[in-house]
Amino acid sequence: MGTITEPLANAKNQIEVVGDTLDQAIQKRFRGSLAIRQVDAGSCNGCELEINALNNPYYSLERFGIHFVASPRHADMLLVTGPVTRNMETALKMVYEAVPNPKLVVAVGDCAVCGGEFGCNYATIGKVSDVIPVNVLVHGCPPTPTDLLNGILMAIGQKG
Amino acid sequence: MNFNLSNTLADWLTERTIPFKYLPGPPPCLWVSVNDWASVANLAKQEGLRLVAEWASQQNESFFIHSSYALPKQGYALVFARLDSGNESFPSLAPHYIAAVRMERAIHDLYQIVPEGHPDLRPWIKGESWPEQASPLRKDFSLKTIWAKQTGSYPFTGMKESVGHEIPVGPIHAGIIEPGHFRFCAVGETILTLEERLGYVHKGIEKHMESRDVDSAARLAGKISGDATVAHTWAFCMAAEQASETKVPLRADYIRAILCERERMANHIGDIGAMCNDVAWSFMQMQCQRLREDLARLHGNLFGHRLLMDCLVPGGVACDLDDEKKKLIREQTHAIGKEMSELFQIYEDHISTRERVIGSGSLATRDAQDLGVVGFIGRSCEQNLDARCDAAYSPYDRHLPHIKVCRGGDVSARLWIRFEEIQVSVGLITTLLEELPSGQILENLRTPADGRWGFAAVESWRGEIVTWLRFGPEGQINRCYVRDPSMVNWLGLELVVRDIPVPDFPLNNKSFNCSYSGHDL
Repeated sequence: MGTITEPLANAKNQIEVVGDTLDQAIQKRFRGSLAIRQVDAGSCNGCELEINALNNPYYSLERFGIHFVASPRHADMLLVTGPVTRNMETALKMVYEAVPNPKLVVAVGDCAVCGGEFGCNYATIGKVSDVIPVNVLVHGCPPTPTDLLNGILMAIGQKG
Repeated sequence: MNFNLSNTLADWLTERTIPFKYLPGPPPCLWVSVNDWASVANLAKQEGLRLVAEWASQQNESFFIHSSYALPKQGYALVFARLDSGNESFPSLAPHYIAAVRMERAIHDLYQIVPEGHPDLRPWIKGESWPEQASPLRKDFSLKTIWAKQTGSYPFTGMKESVGHEIPVGPIHAGIIEPGHFRFCAVGETILTLEERLGYVHKGIEKHMESRDVDSAARLAGKISGDATVAHTWAFCMAAEQASETKVPLRADYIRAILCERERMANHIGDIGAMCNDVAWSFMQMQCQRLREDLARLHGNLFGHRLLMDCLVPGGVACDLDDEKKKLIREQTHAIGKEMSELFQIYEDHISTRERVIGSGSLATRDAQDLGVVGFIGRSCEQNLDARCDAAYSPYDRHLPHIKVCRGGDVSARLWIRFEEIQVSVGLITTLLEELPSGQILENLRTPADGRWGFAAVESWRGEIVTWLRFGPEGQINRCYVRDPSMVNWLGLELVVRDIPVPDFPLNNKSFNCSYSGHDL
């Protein structure tokens, strides 16, 4: 079959760089070696399917020097999905505090970006940026793996 | 939908002189006295019925308790009772059906009505930050209420003797996966017991449903569990169509089934890869991820969404199939089926993987039956149940799938079943494409009358989803209850991990692949 890994296409869904940008020198350090911790803060698991796809041979996330890690203590970046349920609020805050500085947060999917179908109510807080600081918003329900990869690379200044 | 069981149950109630009122519906339901609530369950258990779901609702000032029972080939029966005014309790079904234990805890959390005689009324969905007297599903509670945050801790059962140690895992897990807490009691590396604590992704979906019209609610149903979006939306739409007596065009039913079978294939393929990955066999993971991606890309190209969200709508489907699309689906489905068949041979020959999966995490047939586990997990423990046959919904009433059942109930069985079901889906998709009837793909949904019910069962890739709803005035949803198969199947996981080493837990958890979001709602 040979190599099926494709060059990275442009994102289809909207991606916004918000919040503080890291010092350019630090951003440069993340290129070629970025450790990501994924946190589901209440998603329907659709976003998780697309995040998992980043590791498939077509997208091959690791060729960009990016990999997922099991502990926030090992991470440079948090990838957060879901409309932050009240039952996950404490866990999300703890995991954010556990990531050593300098760190980045990417909110993945409409729920994480703006509350999506759920918004702010008795069960969900809504957007991730209402709970922890966020650097990049990747819209979509769910965003495609291409959108995700573009968003992650934009967060480390590797893509405009 | 097959409701033959309602008549059978009515006959049994008559024989035992349990008074009831038969409401023909559709859906047909049996109205009993709340005092007989447990007696009905006792009778049902003796006759070998499975408890499908138990839930509550409120109408004006009255609370109602509902249940659904099922028997293979006879379909479903609905029973309900009104709680006595001023007495916000009902007899617990926990002594009769283990599956009722968590369902009643959830009812208690959301309505503050009490299942009398329930052995364990610790909170289940209710989080530690919720106030003591929270009852979000009551009609006088507003969705937008923001509580003052409480602190508290959940009383885990814990170790009985101090022979080993407790291992708390989660809610956040090491991989790219939903959150939930697993509290192991272990001696050395061997698990003695597992206690699950879920509810972390509770989004208040049932409450959200009550402020929506049918189209918006159908979209929400598709977000109950993203990986089963087609099946969840189908169950919701079927219930709404039943309540509004709308006849969906046959062509739409066929397209719904084609999409649902494609969803089944995609998830089974993904799971096979993930399970092999959990035993360090990344070859299979990469192959399966590649095929999963191929499926998703075709879905994106043909239907505008890689995961097929929003393709099913009340009254039919939003996307049609022309000859070109049919050809692409048929060719890809065949090609992937053939590749999975080759991969199965490679898997069977892979001794080190087989060593890991054979005998790991066995669920006894008797336990599977007592718990009422559904879907492929049930079928891997000799339970011959599948909503495509038992509920007999269109188009499966014309194209009965070949139900694969095996014994052993271990990881190996849960893998085998998935490989087999992929091939069954390939056959079904081929037949459905060949025999796709001409005609419309959408029938405008009539506005259902105030108070009309709908109840539907759909066999998602995990297992049976049931959706019950009641309409209010002007086509608004008054109450919607969804029982994802995970609500029952999570119980199975607690049993199978006893006596396995801790490192085998991820493999077993993945072999179940229950939905956290579908469970928590």
